[in-house]
Amino acid sequence: MAFGPFLLLALMEGLVTSAVLALAAAGLSLVFGVMRVVNVAHGEFYMLGAVLAWAVSAVVPGPPAVAFVLALIIAPFLVAAFAAAADGLILKRLNYDPEATIVATIGLLYMIQQATLSLYGPNANPVQAPFEWRIQLPWFGYSGYKLFVVVAACLVLVALWSFLSRTKAGLIMRATQIDRTTARAFGINVDRVYMGTFALGAGLAALAGVLIVPIQQAHYLMGGDPLLLSFIVVIIGGLGSLRGTLVAALFIGLSDGVISMFFTPTLAKILATLLVAMVLVFRPQGLFGAKA
Amino acid sequence: MKAWTLHLALIAGLFAAQFLLSPYHATNLARIMVLAVFAMGYNLAFGYTGLLSLGHALFFAAGMYAAGLSAQFWGLSAGPALILGIFGGGAMAAAVGLLALRTAGVSFMIVTLMFAQAGYLTILYFGATTGGDEGFTLPAATRTFLGFDLSTDTPRFLAALTIFAAGLLVSLVVVRSPFGRTMVAMRENEERSRMLGMNPFTVKLAALAISGLYSGAAGAAYALLFGYVGASFATIQYSILPMLYVLLGGAGTTLGPFLGAVLMFALIEAASNLTSAYLFLVGAALVALVLFAPKGILGTVRERVARWLP
Amino acid sequence: MAPLIETRGLTLHFGGLKAVDGVDFRLNPGEIHALIGPNGAGKTTFVSLLSGRRMPQSGAILLAGEDITRLPAHARVRKGIAYTFQITSIFPRLSVFDNVALAVQSHGARDLPAKTRDALVRVGLGGLEDQEAQTLSYGHQRLLELAMGLALAPRVLILDEPTQGLAASEIDSFIRLIESLVPETTVLLIEHNMEVVMDLATRITVLNFGQVLASGTPAQIRGNPAVQEAYLGA
Repeated sequence: MAFGPFLLLALMEGLVTSAVLALAAAGLSLVFGVMRVVNVAHGEFYMLGAVLAWAVSAVVPGPPAVAFVLALIIAPFLVAAFAAAADGLILKRLNYDPEATIVATIGLLYMIQQATLSLYGPNANPVQAPFEWRIQLPWFGYSGYKLFVVVAACLVLVALWSFLSRTKAGLIMRATQIDRTTARAFGINVDRVYMGTFALGAGLAALAGVLIVPIQQAHYLMGGDPLLLSFIVVIIGGLGSLRGTLVAALFIGLSDGVISMFFTPTLAKILATLLVAMVLVFRPQGLFGAKA
Repeated sequence: MKAWTLHLALIAGLFAAQFLLSPYHATNLARIMVLAVFAMGYNLAFGYTGLLSLGHALFFAAGMYAAGLSAQFWGLSAGPALILGIFGGGAMAAAVGLLALRTAGVSFMIVTLMFAQAGYLTILYFGATTGGDEGFTLPAATRTFLGFDLSTDTPRFLAALTIFAAGLLVSLVVVRSPFGRTMVAMRENEERSRMLGMNPFTVKLAALAISGLYSGAAGAAYALLFGYVGASFATIQYSILPMLYVLLGGAGTTLGPFLGAVLMFALIEAASNLTSAYLFLVGAALVALVLFAPKGILGTVRERVARWLP
Repeated sequence: MAPLIETRGLTLHFGGLKAVDGVDFRLNPGEIHALIGPNGAGKTTFVSLLSGRRMPQSGAILLAGEDITRLPAHARVRKGIAYTFQITSIFPRLSVFDNVALAVQSHGARDLPAKTRDALVRVGLGGLEDQEAQTLSYGHQRLLELAMGLALAPRVLILDEPTQGLAASEIDSFIRLIESLVPETTVLLIEHNMEVVMDLATRITVLNFGQVLASGTPAQIRGNPAVQEAYLGA
């Protein structure tokens, strides 16, 4: 394949990565913005979404589309419920102390990961896409499902944005983000907002996992890379800024796609991790966020 | 003095243990002692100075690869290789500290995590030299010290014990010195410390560098005593383990890291015989500790009954 | 007489708020200088500029003729400027002894126990050295802060509302203690308690809206109509 088409392919792959990454990172950004804590187990919620999607598809008979739609509803819901429980049992008891929360969520990461290993096994299992549609471009064929993923992610993000900016619940979340103490003084139940935010963040990650699983496979270790990439996106975009997150996701996803295809994935990751470190050291507010 | 007696008694007890334990358990104890050195280093940065780093695997691996690669390619024997490893760890910690210490709290955790990840990936990237994930075993000829073969039980145990004893006693001296007091002051009230004339940046950098020396020593010792160097020692898991040992045994106590290492090692050993998902226990232990016993065992002991415990 | 501390046109604005606005100030060696003024006048901000906790936007600070404007706080402590916090800032989980020892060791660890005990006895905390600092009464914590300041053996001791929260008898001991410090140590104190100010101070500077309203002896300040109107009168 000539260079031009190859680049186009890399960009399209990058776009898919960006879309899924934007969803996952939005969840992480929301949690940090509102609750001021870093959830290291965020990647595991993503993995749980994928694994639960596989479980649903294994159990539900009929055309793959049916199982997929069911998974789209069930998996994020279950993961969100689990996250809400984790918040109430663990994070709330720690009073959302930043350092203690990180240590606790690291513990949670291991627990979720290893429990999945125990129950689901070490293998990677595929899940069938809800539809098979091959788009034929002049230079190469491309999976229509991947384009669907991009569209779906965009729709969800628009819905999220509307929720945050137009609804009362979204307003309450943003108020709590800006000033927790004043929000409480206005009668907002901050504990419940936190639980809801944590659940929503987890649900978004799980949703991303469900969308990606027909493309990748469901594996108990698949949460590691998305966690790292989500971190990168959120930090570069500015912690707590949704717009920054989206722009950074686009940038990171596309460059990851391009660098991975032209160089090696390892080099891409090295550059990405160093970039995060340098941004935190020299420009902690990222591109769009306010100084934390 | 009570503290010195206690520490020397522990070392004497460990010395005696090699005659009482089976070779299998004695070798495990040697492993534990080396990991305890790593944990003691982590404790100096985290327990005493309050620097919660998630990147110590980088310093451990720096020591491991400095010793391992120099043995492999330059034929260095154990003594020089160990020294190289110690300084490798210290230098890496100082380099990271120069950048990472410009941040604090959560940012510091993430920055150290990122540097460690980059380190791990770099080891993979240069897999031709480093052996990547598979790693490499050290040639037997390099694992000698003063004529003793470190791959045999007794020299290996004694080497581990010597390194452990040195690390333990040095840490006791450091934490009771004026600098040790300064480290604690920085953790307890940084602003006040600044207004007493202490430079927060240099204090933290020094603490991190010393922590790196310990970590490098542990990494190098691990390579030389157990003969294997691999990228798995640079993964996040090896940043989490010393933190876990320290939290369990008691952060900010000199004996806590060793206690935590022993208990956690035993726990993981027992668990891995039952299931391949033994890391679950690591996770559960972290959550339980942070929720219910953030001071760890010796930290709680010190608070309740033995205020003199260093 | 050459001033020990001098500021020229010292300025710090917070956005639109002129916290410290072109302040010229002189602190002479061996004096007890009081800084007074209504709330929000900029006293604590000015003093945080002197101690190095904040950096000015313009102007200069001189210590015995040396320009220390850009010097970081910990370096200024080493040059002899000690600051005690308005809101008590000690090491709560450390013992009283350790708190003061940390101050003493900034000058080296020789005779550490003796010097530490010395400082504690001077402020009247002699018998409490093993107690955990956070279990002290508020008044004793303030005295601990003072002991830490003294243990630094500073040239200039800056006290930010030191008598706040002290009982009457404690205030009397405090006055006598400060009087015993000069002239070896120079004292600059922010105070709202006018009795203490008139009792102790050899010179007074009045700040209002970030600017110097008046500066002089207690008698001059008492008689100054502008000061009376802004602060003392009502």
